[in-house]
Amino acid sequence: MDKALKALSYDYRMDTVNMIMSGGGGHIGGDMSEMEILMQLYLKEMNISPENQDDPNRDYFILSKGHAVESFYTILAHKGFYSLEEATAKFSKFGSEFIGHPNNVIPGVEMNSGSLGHGLPVAVGLAIAAKMDKRPSRVYVLMGDGELAEGSVWEGAMSGHNYNLDNLCAIVDRNHLQISGNTEDVMKQDDQAERWKAFGWHVVKADGNDFDSLEAAFAEARAHKGDPTVIIADTIKGKGSPVMENKAGWHHHLPTQEEYEQIMKDLEAGKEAALNE
Amino acid sequence: MNKIPNRKVICDVLIEKAKDDKDIVVLCSDSRGSASLTAFFDTYPEQSVEVGIAEQDLVGISAGLAKAGKKPFAASPASFLSTRSFEQCKVDVAYSNTNVKLIGISGGISYGALGMSHHSCQDIAGMSAIPNMRVYLPSDRFQTRKLIEALLQDEKPAYIRTGRNPVEDIYSEECCPFEMDKATVLREGTDVLIVATGEMVRPAYDAALLLEKEGISATVLDMYCVKPLDKDAVIKYAEQAKAVITVEEHSPFGGLGSMVSQVVGEYCPRKVKNIALPDSHVITGTSKEVFKYYGMDGEGIAKTAKEVLK
Ligand SMILES: Cc1ncc(C[n+]2csc(CCOP(=O)(O)OP(=O)(O)O)c2C)c(N)n1
Repeated sequence: MDKALKALSYDYRMDTVNMIMSGGGGHIGGDMSEMEILMQLYLKEMNISPENQDDPNRDYFILSKGHAVESFYTILAHKGFYSLEEATAKFSKFGSEFIGHPNNVIPGVEMNSGSLGHGLPVAVGLAIAAKMDKRPSRVYVLMGDGELAEGSVWEGAMSGHNYNLDNLCAIVDRNHLQISGNTEDVMKQDDQAERWKAFGWHVVKADGNDFDSLEAAFAEARAHKGDPTVIIADTIKGKGSPVMENKAGWHHHLPTQEEYEQIMKDLEAGKEAALNE
Repeated sequence: MNKIPNRKVICDVLIEKAKDDKDIVVLCSDSRGSASLTAFFDTYPEQSVEVGIAEQDLVGISAGLAKAGKKPFAASPASFLSTRSFEQCKVDVAYSNTNVKLIGISGGISYGALGMSHHSCQDIAGMSAIPNMRVYLPSDRFQTRKLIEALLQDEKPAYIRTGRNPVEDIYSEECCPFEMDKATVLREGTDVLIVATGEMVRPAYDAALLLEKEGISATVLDMYCVKPLDKDAVIKYAEQAKAVITVEEHSPFGGLGSMVSQVVGEYCPRKVKNIALPDSHVITGTSKEVFKYYGMDGEGIAKTAKEVLK
């Protein structure tokens, strides 16, 4: 296990919370659940950086659950696409390009999103194009579990299978919550793995808040030939502080000052613990 | 300052009426909180249907329920309801003539910094272009109540757009003149006619007050019924004015401005100026900041009126 990386995930969470506080709102629950997935992709897995951001051979990422944009902005800042201070200061402010969903006038953001269920079909298009041009690009798309209720997701799933897109990897942030509550109460998902299998996808299960588990899952996705892969990543919504963990109300709750202080304390403690593991 | 958003009033009316009318069904797409409909779901779980994040399903299921005699109210953010499920609205609701009431919440730019994916500035144009679809944008909470009560009396499709934030009152408990499909005349004047809809009615009224101080008299029409547009009112008050201004929280194309311009152009030609959001992404900001920036607050509208009358 990479202690430093784990500790870093707490730093990034603090940055993300600060961005939300600066902007006066954000999707904190989903930001926290997806943090390790984004970090594994941007720091380890993907061939992407400010230097090659226009290279057609780069890897592509689409944040289909676009509402959880603050952790994405944080990671792109740490990757060097722009300064974290700038993004934090401008987030959701009057006239800003750093809005509450991915905005592709910002360096590093490939596609605009925000309306759920769009990312997978677009990713299929990117993956088909890479095949057509014989480019080595891999395409990654992150979706929420609640998002999977959109029919367009399954239309994309059909075509990913139909075109044997083994350069395509979808990740489901399986935190079991959406706005109105538990996903199984709002609209049953049953066994996600079975559903994706039935659509012809190679399915890998992972602990989405654990770097080792994610590393293995992405390696398996890369190695699997002939089908697209979906990683069903079990996560904890609001991961990092008991104040917000597994609480539906924290989908887009803005922490009070008191909550903010407690969250930052918990994240500091998490970082310490990671370093001492 | 009023603290009750129009969407909350819709829930109140539906809760009251659903007690005696068991055919009323409310449908949400992981949107009951945003629609202020959690109270309805809690009070009448047997008259509530949750479909998850699936707006096309939302409208399709509503059409099926309506076909079987229910009175469905499908509530979802206006942006998704009017674009994602546009074809269901067109085919399953309007074309098949099912009694579905489509409630578009947080319309226009209510979602502010969440950006274009969440703004609905095409809904008036899209929905109005569908035959057999009616389009309503109530201006304040009192009118919202009257409108929903009236819509419960008929069995035809309708799209109702409300904003997210509370809007300042225009009417009151005692005084809220309302006739279905007739614009409400807020003031009468002879210099300029201002036709506004939805949340833009209040600033239009404020503009008229500002103009009065400068000796300019304005008619203000609350055109909550964008479709069917109250043509007679437009013609009557345009004829007695030198120019016409329209105000809407919408794209400059295909909305209230386009429709009023058609009527004025055909029946009583005079200058028409459309005040609307730009044909580009809308600047990031709160509704208040954005309206001010684009001259859609009382002062901005008054300024445009003076320019038009020059
Ligand atoms: C098409 C569409 N419908 C509704 C919404 C409003 N919305 C934003 S986030 C959200 C819940 C998302 O839940 P999930 O996909 O599980 O994401 P997570 O829990 O990871 O935040 C909803 C309904 C939207 N953004 N797009």
